[in-house]
Amino acid sequence: MSVDSIFVHKMWNDNELSKMVKGGVPFPMLSDAGGKVGTVYGIYDEVGGVETRGRFIIDPDGIIQGYEVLTPPVGRNVKETIRQIQAFQHVRNSKGTEATPSGWRPGKMTLKPGPDLVGKVWEVWKIEMEDD
Amino acid sequence: MPEELKVGCARPVGASSDEEKKPVITGGPEEKKTEKGVPMIKVGQKAPDFTAPAYHNGKFINMKLSDHLGKWVVLCFYPGDFTFV
Repeated sequence: MSVDSIFVHKMWNDNELSKMVKGGVPFPMLSDAGGKVGTVYGIYDEVGGVETRGRFIIDPDGIIQGYEVLTPPVGRNVKETIRQIQAFQHVRNSKGTEATPSGWRPGKMTLKPGPDLVGKVWEVWKIEMEDD
Repeated sequence: MPEELKVGCARPVGASSDEEKKPVITGGPEEKKTEKGVPMIKVGQKAPDFTAPAYHNGKFINMKLSDHLGKWVVLCFYPGDFTFV
């Protein structure tokens, strides 16, 4: 979503993005002229008249599970967004019985929060697991 | 399915946030608000609903966030077309 019109979205998709991604952008490119939606989400820059780089993960119940906002010069890490979605999905599927520690990816160990885990995270989670 | 927009020469109106129609925000006195009186976005709380025109698979459509309840959604804002994301 940006303040550009849907016509500009079409031009961008057809003339540039379709050269990066076969078939073009697979998801809807939304137009937010005037930044109304961006204002409600707290990411519209009124001085510049543009949206900043806000990214929201919304679950199937319509609840915001996470967000990230960057100023325009720095781009995002899509892999990290996907990792977070996978983690939120895992937690949701476990009905809240599991939590994903720092650096978690699918297949890696989760934590089972509860009285037995208090003070014992150091025994099961090591700093090296952040990157392995 | 989202409705398809009939686009002629007129420029379709921009997005509309369903939240801004509400008179004023409920909530306790401590609730933080932005300069425009909009409540601060918080994790664990409902995503403000909106309807916006969109370009999707060669068509112009109207997209409503709440039509996607039941699915995971990534809502991504960026400064402008023809820049990076």
